[in-house]
Amino acid sequence: MLNKTLMTALIGTAAVVSLSSAPRADEPYIPLVSKGFQHQFWQAVKLGAEQSAKKLNVKITFEGPETEAMVDKQIDMLAADLAKHPNAIGFAALDSKAAIPYLQKAQAEHIPVIAFDSGVDSDIPLTTCATDNIAAAGEAADKLAALIGDSGDVAAVVHDQTSRTGIDRRDGFVKRMKEKHPNIKIVSVQYGGGDHLKSAEITKAILQANPNLKGISGANEGSAIGVLIGVKELKRKVVVVGYDSGQDQINAIKSGEEAGAITQNPIGIGSCVVDSAVKALHNEKLPKVVDTGFYYYDKSNIDDPKIAAVLYK
Amino acid sequence: MAQSDTAAVSLGKRTVVFGAQLFSSPAGQKLLAFGSLIVLVIYFAFASPAFLHIDNIIGILQSTAVNGVLAIASTFVIITGGIDLSVGCLMTFCAVAAGMVLSSWHLPLWISIVAAVGVGALSGTVSGTLVAKLKIPPFIATLGMMLVNKGLALVVSADKPIYFVDTPSFSQISQGSVIGYILPSVPIPNGVLILFVLAFAASVVLNRTALGRYTFALGSNEEAVRLSGVNVDAWKIAIYGLGGAICGIAGILIASRLNSAQPALGQGYELEAIAAVVIGGTSLSGGTGTILGTIIGAFIMSVLTNGLRILSVAQEWQIVVTGLIIILAVYADILRRRRI
Repeated sequence: MLNKTLMTALIGTAAVVSLSSAPRADEPYIPLVSKGFQHQFWQAVKLGAEQSAKKLNVKITFEGPETEAMVDKQIDMLAADLAKHPNAIGFAALDSKAAIPYLQKAQAEHIPVIAFDSGVDSDIPLTTCATDNIAAAGEAADKLAALIGDSGDVAAVVHDQTSRTGIDRRDGFVKRMKEKHPNIKIVSVQYGGGDHLKSAEITKAILQANPNLKGISGANEGSAIGVLIGVKELKRKVVVVGYDSGQDQINAIKSGEEAGAITQNPIGIGSCVVDSAVKALHNEKLPKVVDTGFYYYDKSNIDDPKIAAVLYK
Repeated sequence: MAQSDTAAVSLGKRTVVFGAQLFSSPAGQKLLAFGSLIVLVIYFAFASPAFLHIDNIIGILQSTAVNGVLAIASTFVIITGGIDLSVGCLMTFCAVAAGMVLSSWHLPLWISIVAAVGVGALSGTVSGTLVAKLKIPPFIATLGMMLVNKGLALVVSADKPIYFVDTPSFSQISQGSVIGYILPSVPIPNGVLILFVLAFAASVVLNRTALGRYTFALGSNEEAVRLSGVNVDAWKIAIYGLGGAICGIAGILIASRLNSAQPALGQGYELEAIAAVVIGGTSLSGGTGTILGTIIGAFIMSVLTNGLRILSVAQEWQIVVTGLIIILAVYADILRRRRI
């Protein structure tokens, strides 16, 4: 019985294999393997990529693992996309060293690789579309310092201590405070996984432990919203500087609960990936890095078209 | 004495009953699961020419290796009527242990493997002791151990991935291909080979040894086993310990595949392992189950994920479909049981 089923299945499978020739769509196909997909930030990157794809007549797909810890799931996605023999591929590595065998494979098959977000630690990608996170976090430190009169205690709630953006934003913030703002003391740097609730609890603990705290920085959207919830629940007057955007943060900035935030240009990152990939397909030369830029926005410039275009809700 | 005789007789009856179940129900479920796997493969093969490409087949095999090994570890515990939520984070901690041994202490490769399996067995033994001796429900005991392992992995690694730069041979454990050396056209990675060898060994342990017999007996009627004079606690601890040791192997596989021990990884992997076990026909209430079923379950999960990906189905819908398939698989099993 089992053998019969198996045989039938095998014959069926063999028939399918022989029938299916590999049809190639006329539009170039460019899959993007991102570091996430549920988060609004990645949805904005996707939007940028889709806009460019439409303009340039290419077909794209956009995928990423559920959490930024799932390095192996991301590698599976990369492997599945390479199996489709795409024309080019966009990749934001969670861990570049882990992905190298697959990038080498892409290179061997002459599939151009465009890195984005945190980049890939290898010379295989033709270019990298990314934000300079160290500079951006330094800007957040400068703004926070200015808002509290350049002295006093501050803290930072960061999403994690393992990812490139977590490390860069923490180090960029801490370094700038130490170098340029000697009267400011960073009393605590804690990690909330970018989770709103966890970051709120952390914030409350920091506030309880430091009654004189003047300012807090949240290093991504989830962290910043958590900080805002924590500050609100304890009814404290603290200057909050956030990162990225999202409806909650935009509302908080408009209402004055949050002083301002650094935004990357996620839509620009997405369109940069597709634009660069298409340029690579036309054998155009690409710069090693494309800085997709960042802005500090607050109540005064939030409706500025240049800013409004890169904020996501 | 008379009482224990009666118990022994009733245990004997049980043995017959679950013996019969072994041949009827899990075999039926295996067929059902195997049939579903074939249907999925045929569907995806028709839907996309890339699906049956050798690179993609190898991709599917490779992505099943880690989940398959974790599912084997979970199968033992689930057959006893317990559950092990710590497998994912324990795997990570074992990977970190191997990383420390190789990259920080510069000890030979085999010691890192022994360390990973040893750490796994130790953690499993602790879980087993919590369950058997302290009578903490398995769900809670292993939930606690999940967090302990997750935290320890972060502490020991100082939150940073550990890379195996000095020992390039380490990556060969999972990524190299002995089969490809003999047959260059089918470079099936060693990680997959390890999964199959382990599955065979686990199957032998489960069906041919005292440990296996007691695994089923504990899941069928723990009280009867206890009353017949068996040291239930010791066997239970041994079963959790074995599960832990197998997680150590999963730790080696994932670290070798990623060229690094990633300390933040692992949470959520226990649920995928449990899904594979359940799809494979092992009952969450214990007493029945097979390793072959679990392996088929693990393949259903990865074929589904890969196939939907190859078809470029939107990722949001991939998650919905995976959830529905799990519910459907378990419901089919319930329907079949009802008919018997």
